[in-house]
Amino acid sequence: MIVALSIFLITVGSIAFHFWSPWWWTEVASNWGNMDDTILLTFWITGAVFVAILFFVSYCVWKYSYRKDRRAEYKPEDKKLESRLTWATAIGVAALLAPGLVVWNQYVSVPENAYKVEVFAYQWGWKYRLPGEDNILGKTDIKYINDENPFGLILEDPNGKDDLLVDAQELHVLKDRPVKFELRTIDVLHNFYVPQFRGKMDMVPGIVTYYWLTPTRVGDFEVLCAEYCGTGHYAMRGRVVVDEEKEYKKWEAKQITFEKMLAKNGKNDNLQLVKKDK
Amino acid sequence: MSDEYEHKLEAKSDYTGDASSVSTPDIDAVPDAELPDQELYHSHSWWTTYVFSQDAKYIGIQYALTAIGTGLLGLVLSWLMRIQLAWPGLGWLEPSSYYQFVTMHGMIMVVYLLTALFLGGFGNLLIPLMCGARDMAFPYVNMLSYWAFVVAVVVLLASFFVPGGPTGAGWTLYPPQAITAGTPGYNGGIILMLISLILFVAGFTMGGLNYIITVLQLRARGMTLMRMPLTIWGIFTATVLAMFAFPALLVGCLMMTLDSLLGTSFFMPAMVSLGETLTHEGGSPILFQHLFWFFGHPEVYIVALPAFGIVSDLLSVHSRKTIFGYRMMVWAIVGIGALSFFVWAHHMYVSGMNPWFGFFFATTTLIIAVPTAIKVYNWILTLWRGNIVLSLPMLFSLGFIVTFLNGGLTGLFLGNVTVDVPLSDTYFVVAHFHMVMGIAPILVVFGAIYHWYPLVTGRMMNETLGKVHFWITFLGSYAIYFPMHYQGFVGVPRRYFEIYDSPYVDVSTLLLNKFITIAVLIVGAAQLLFLYNLFASARLGKKAEKNPWKANSLEWQTPQMPPEHGNWGKELPKVYRWPYDFSVPGAKEDYIPQTQPPSEIIGAKVEKT
Repeated sequence: MIVALSIFLITVGSIAFHFWSPWWWTEVASNWGNMDDTILLTFWITGAVFVAILFFVSYCVWKYSYRKDRRAEYKPEDKKLESRLTWATAIGVAALLAPGLVVWNQYVSVPENAYKVEVFAYQWGWKYRLPGEDNILGKTDIKYINDENPFGLILEDPNGKDDLLVDAQELHVLKDRPVKFELRTIDVLHNFYVPQFRGKMDMVPGIVTYYWLTPTRVGDFEVLCAEYCGTGHYAMRGRVVVDEEKEYKKWEAKQITFEKMLAKNGKNDNLQLVKKDK
Repeated sequence: MSDEYEHKLEAKSDYTGDASSVSTPDIDAVPDAELPDQELYHSHSWWTTYVFSQDAKYIGIQYALTAIGTGLLGLVLSWLMRIQLAWPGLGWLEPSSYYQFVTMHGMIMVVYLLTALFLGGFGNLLIPLMCGARDMAFPYVNMLSYWAFVVAVVVLLASFFVPGGPTGAGWTLYPPQAITAGTPGYNGGIILMLISLILFVAGFTMGGLNYIITVLQLRARGMTLMRMPLTIWGIFTATVLAMFAFPALLVGCLMMTLDSLLGTSFFMPAMVSLGETLTHEGGSPILFQHLFWFFGHPEVYIVALPAFGIVSDLLSVHSRKTIFGYRMMVWAIVGIGALSFFVWAHHMYVSGMNPWFGFFFATTTLIIAVPTAIKVYNWILTLWRGNIVLSLPMLFSLGFIVTFLNGGLTGLFLGNVTVDVPLSDTYFVVAHFHMVMGIAPILVVFGAIYHWYPLVTGRMMNETLGKVHFWITFLGSYAIYFPMHYQGFVGVPRRYFEIYDSPYVDVSTLLLNKFITIAVLIVGAAQLLFLYNLFASARLGKKAEKNPWKANSLEWQTPQMPPEHGNWGKELPKVYRWPYDFSVPGAKEDYIPQTQPPSEIIGAKVEKT
């Protein structure tokens, strides 16, 4: 009796917790609200299975508790029942999977007009690079990284000289403009994660990974590293600010191009190299 | 299986005659033995009996005790981590120690506790006894297997004492961070970890070959594959998986050792480490992740399949009812085992591998849910119209159903690639895998220990202590992991030493950390009750009668209990049926042991197996 009741109460308690606990996702700030929808769908389907099975167990434990004068039913198999259950499960699983794959297809297909931003991760912090006027990010190589060229831009690549270098933990993005994050790390694995954006992707040294989103609401969000990256992992925080056009332009105007940065550092040799290539 | 007993009489021509026992009626015929009786090594001193034992039963107990001892360290490490998470203000852990404890806790629990306990412990104890063999096929190799495991554990623990301490790379040991400065134990600890794993794999291969060959070659006469207890099916299939999966881990470990010691670049691309450019070039960190998870996902089933098998037997025996859909259960075990090699990259949806793989691996992962669901249905249909004895093994089995169901369903979240994106690397994942491959199998381990304890010691464990242990462990661990999923929804990332006062994390989320930690401390402490019960009952426990649970399988039918060296006395047992003939209509008792010949139960309406 106590056992049956406990299983019943655990089931009811879990459902109550789900609806009334204060812990739930943060309000979404990107177009990936449909990820939330797939989660909700999954909740309804799996929740129904959870309740049905545990109520059944609780009923069995209550109803068929041991009595000396009774015998269990002797029924090793029931082909029909087994095949029905198998098909019902297969259909339920397909209902979960199909919408998931549709959304995944959107997630991995970057719109052509997406604005490219490089997210640059290192142990333990963030930097960012914007493509500048030409809308093209210049090529980089780890061998070029030094104090004067912290992003390791290839000096011979003319596309790089108007790139805006954001050597700070804070990035601004424009509301309602699709943005493709090109994720790059110079040391170990990292992961660029903003809880309100839902998106996520590891950054892997040697390759550039990516994901895209469209910010949908103005706000100031925290960036977290979501792939363990050493002792400082938990402190690897940054900020992403979603702006309306006016504020965004203001912020953008304050950023410095690669060319200007080289000039400011008085590295004329490097600068000339860039100019020669022009 | 629709044939009634009467049909068995007609079917007798299926059997080859039993020449040795002319007096037995034909319906009792079993096939002749194909191999001569096994010659055993007989120990002649205390050392060869208890230390360098070649008796699978002793080796099983050695494995189990070593694994549990190592697991206790894992438990204490989890206390230390949880105290840090609940009260970061205490400042009693450095970030580096926190990460070292996370790593060691994970590796110990998955490999050195669960794998060693299920396969090394229960495998050694149960395979020969349940199959009706005198011992494993190769007792000497079996002994080597255990001692290789001991050396692996010693090397693992030694890493606590090298400069820099044990590795803090996370139990997944991802390069480049595992072997570059910036991660604790990147030069000493990680090497010892890799060597320890290599030793474990070597030792495990010796044991694993033994389990497979014993099951295939040394079964008693009449013990067809489809008459084997599901426990043996689970352990057998898990061992086959391990034979294919562990090599991937082994080469991964070897390659990383070379990267670290000799400067090769299997997994190391050109990179900068804390301001210094390294000499590596051209390696692929993702290659390691593929190797690791090609091992790591089957590893989940290496732990889960023995638990599935054992819990099926516990449910059947203690509800006095035939396991429902035995054949489906066997095929589900085999099917899950096969499919488990095609799903590994669902751990890598956001790893930076080609995102188009997501479609394939999400599909295979959700397909594996179907045989898994069938198993759950068959467990609960076994309870339906049963005669359920709420013994300790039954309580733990019910606890398993609740936690496994919960953890299995959250697996449908994470396996579905889109849903995984926001949830991966958060506490949702931590809660999911602890529920499904931590708590659920551990509850089975407890149920199994309470169940087979009398077989090992000849005494029963204390029931009251056992019940207190059950309720605290079951309710406590549910209270730990159920709410933890919701921290994951909030977005709290895993492997964070401290979450500070992030703007999106509510104060109540941090309070929840305190609640969880208190529950962890209580559940952990309750295991002392279990340990006391385990050791004290060996002396003080009530003497067990023979076959105390009235089970059918062979391990309870030995001439002595506990079974002696060689298990079966002079004659090996003969098997006439499967182990699930419970509550057969027309039979006198509500159970018919596998060794009971048909001529003794005339009138019982058993189905042919």
